Amino acid sequence: MLLELKNLSTGFYSDRGFTPVLDKVSLAIAPGETAALVGESGSGKSVTALSILGLLEKDTAKVEGQILFNNEDLVSCPETRLRQIRGNRIAMIFQEPMTSLNPVYSIGAQLIEPLILHQGLGKKAAALKAENLLERCGIPDAAQRLNSFPHQLSGGQRQRVIIAMALACRPDLLIADEPTTALDVTIQAQILALIKEIQQELGMALLLITHDLNMVEKIAAQVHIMHQGKIVESGPTAAVFRNPQNPYTIHLLNSVPHDPPTPKDSPPPLLTAANLSCHFPIKAGFLRRTVNTIKAVDEVSLTIHQGTTFGVVGESGSGKSTLGMCLLKLVNSRGTLLYEGRDLLTLSNSQWRPLRRDLQVVFQDPFSSLSPRLNVGQIVGEGLSVHGLGNREERKKRVAEALIEVGLEPEMIERYPHEFSGGQRQRIAIARAVVLKPRFLVLDEPTSALDMTIQAQIIELLKNLQAKHNITYFFISHDLRVIKAMADEVAVMQNGRIVESGPAAQLFANPAHPYTQKLFSAAFDLAPV
Amino acid sequence: MNDLPMHQKPQKLSSRRWRRFKANKRGYYSLILFSICFFLSLGAEILSNDKPLLVSYQGNLYFPMLKAYPETTFGGEFETETDYQDPFVKHRLTSGANYALFPPNPHSFASINLQLNQPVPSPPDSTNYLGTDDRGRDVLARLLYGFRLSVLFAFVLTFIGTIIGIITGAIQGYLGGRTDLFMQRFIEIWSAMPELYLLIIFASIFKPSVLLLLILLSIFGWMGLADYVRAEFLKGRNLDYVKAAKALGVGNITIMFRHLLPNGMTPVITFLPFRLSGSILALTSLDFLGLGVPAPTPSLGELLAQGKNNIEAWWLSLTTFGVLVGTLVLLIFIGEALRETFDPRKV
Repeated sequence: MLLELKNLSTGFYSDRGFTPVLDKVSLAIAPGETAALVGESGSGKSVTALSILGLLEKDTAKVEGQILFNNEDLVSCPETRLRQIRGNRIAMIFQEPMTSLNPVYSIGAQLIEPLILHQGLGKKAAALKAENLLERCGIPDAAQRLNSFPHQLSGGQRQRVIIAMALACRPDLLIADEPTTALDVTIQAQILALIKEIQQELGMALLLITHDLNMVEKIAAQVHIMHQGKIVESGPTAAVFRNPQNPYTIHLLNSVPHDPPTPKDSPPPLLTAANLSCHFPIKAGFLRRTVNTIKAVDEVSLTIHQGTTFGVVGESGSGKSTLGMCLLKLVNSRGTLLYEGRDLLTLSNSQWRPLRRDLQVVFQDPFSSLSPRLNVGQIVGEGLSVHGLGNREERKKRVAEALIEVGLEPEMIERYPHEFSGGQRQRIAIARAVVLKPRFLVLDEPTSALDMTIQAQIIELLKNLQAKHNITYFFISHDLRVIKAMADEVAVMQNGRIVESGPAAQLFANPAHPYTQKLFSAAFDLAPV
Repeated sequence: MNDLPMHQKPQKLSSRRWRRFKANKRGYYSLILFSICFFLSLGAEILSNDKPLLVSYQGNLYFPMLKAYPETTFGGEFETETDYQDPFVKHRLTSGANYALFPPNPHSFASINLQLNQPVPSPPDSTNYLGTDDRGRDVLARLLYGFRLSVLFAFVLTFIGTIIGIITGAIQGYLGGRTDLFMQRFIEIWSAMPELYLLIIFASIFKPSVLLLLILLSIFGWMGLADYVRAEFLKGRNLDYVKAAKALGVGNITIMFRHLLPNGMTPVITFLPFRLSGSILALTSLDFLGLGVPAPTPSLGELLAQGKNNIEAWWLSLTTFGVLVGTLVLLIFIGEALRETFDPRKV
């Protein structure tokens, strides 16, 4: 065995006492093998990786048990020996390509450093090798790119650079901590293909840490399911997926969104947008002249029918969130936007105010969408008091009802957002919107920041609320599986334009536009890459 | 829904912060010590006064602190208010069954010790515990009243400066764009004004008073904070909870003060003690230069100036220095503890 964890227990000391994180974790990885460590956030996946590399702060973390790498115990070996192994024999790729490169050094400087450090190459030889590595990782014009700085590269390119850095010393084991989570679907597929390819070429073992079951199924041979710091199930991927034993694994596998919504018989349109555009000028120079415009939303026309879900998919930067904000006039736009026979874009702010009741929004990140200094009652009740609905007692009653409706307890009214988990916070955000009994709700990636099982719960909740109150949803997501489970109609956005739209079933069955086809194949193609 | 431990007692952010502040022993004890000193100085009239707290004269009780009694009340000849330090009055008040209860330090900040049998400033002795200044006034009394004036002045100045700073910073940060641009330029020009020269000019036009100083220092004292509040508002105005509030139809002013301000209070609270000590120093230095409060007002700066002029009278400069340094050090310790409490990396 290349790497063997035996009863690894890790915990942290803080001013609130000792918090155990890992509980007797044992797993083994053979040379050249691909293993996946799967779990939800907070289950201890990343801590496992950091424990293996000895990257936890010595004075706040307690690591017990054995980490055998080539039969050498990394827990008890001295820091100097660890440094020889780290980056050289075991390399790691982190999740966030935006922050794992140092912004003030060129790509070349950061790539050459480990080569000189671990392989004892001269400067010239190291530069040449760095160039080869970049080329190998699919970066065009590698020689020139060595002088580029991280901000000059796209997210996908940065992740390629990080992979190149990790591969620089031909490690025996590569630990990839959510290597594609921060990337777009099509880029994700490319990066995964690259990792897989290089792994086979170098014959290294890969420990893939992820929450994405789809990805695990695609590339891992062995899978270890982690739950609350324990490995609850491990085995060959196909066997575990086909025949899960542990109740948690079954729960996790069932939470992959499925069942498309039942078709509704053609309801009347609620909101009609025609030629909606939102441009941001780029100003430059001393006189701040407009040198260019970013067309965030460009001549978009769509019709949203009452009581249905209109799904919008697209990669980051395609303008889908801006489109949602345009519909609520949270950013200014041009065109026409008809609601109940009135053009919303021509209304003044005071004419808008009563309409805010009907048109509501739920944001992606439940951690930033709730004001940390207000308690749940104040957050949910704010809309009621702004619109002067009911007196104090009635408002309190309606807040409690809304909380029950989203699956929270009315006793939580006095609590503050930081006391809740991500899923609960998202429920509070939904309660804030539905307490006003809106007719139209913009859902801006409402499940993207949440774990798989929580995601499934929130989707279930949204479906129930729609069925009960006949709310119309404008559902923005990059996750095609969620869209498939929610949307009656789907629009695909690219560079501010809708490239294709139509009834969901039809679109998923026969995507016509090449971009749609590319997007769908990256997301749904289960064939191993 | 098993993700929130229900038994856990809800704990507000503010109570957690208070616990963290208390954990910083130096800051916590500094706060206690400073509060004690401040509250004692608020009762300066009871602690240090040339009038007795209570007089029992011929079977009647008198409260000279609360009411002015003419000297004739106690058998004197003048219709004017009694001078309780007068040997004749003192004798009348203490003979027989009569008695007068004097404060621990029987001098007021303005009362001149006429019984001194040596030139002023006189060194510490049994009547003037910290000696007298160059007009024969008790140094301890002047320090006590001077400390109170300095701290109260600093509180008011800091309060006004903070309010103006928050309002301007909030407007700049929230509205952004052109408003922000023009206000920033205005602040740059305004902060380039030579504050000291203006004060000297104003001191020669108007009769210096505490109120005038307060107004003049307030006009210039708000700018430092405005920048920080502006930055917090700029950061906060694009956060999702502000967008959500806008989507609810909440008005701009409510968003500013209900949603943004509570989350942008960290620099305000962290800077409070430092602004307080800055205000104390500003008043002291103006008094030292003779541009500060008018003559009989007790002030630390005026005492320091006296100490400079009478360099051999160590009890003037050393004691004032001690009070000043002690106050500033306490405030800085409190400030450091606050800064640590509000450190976002530790919340």
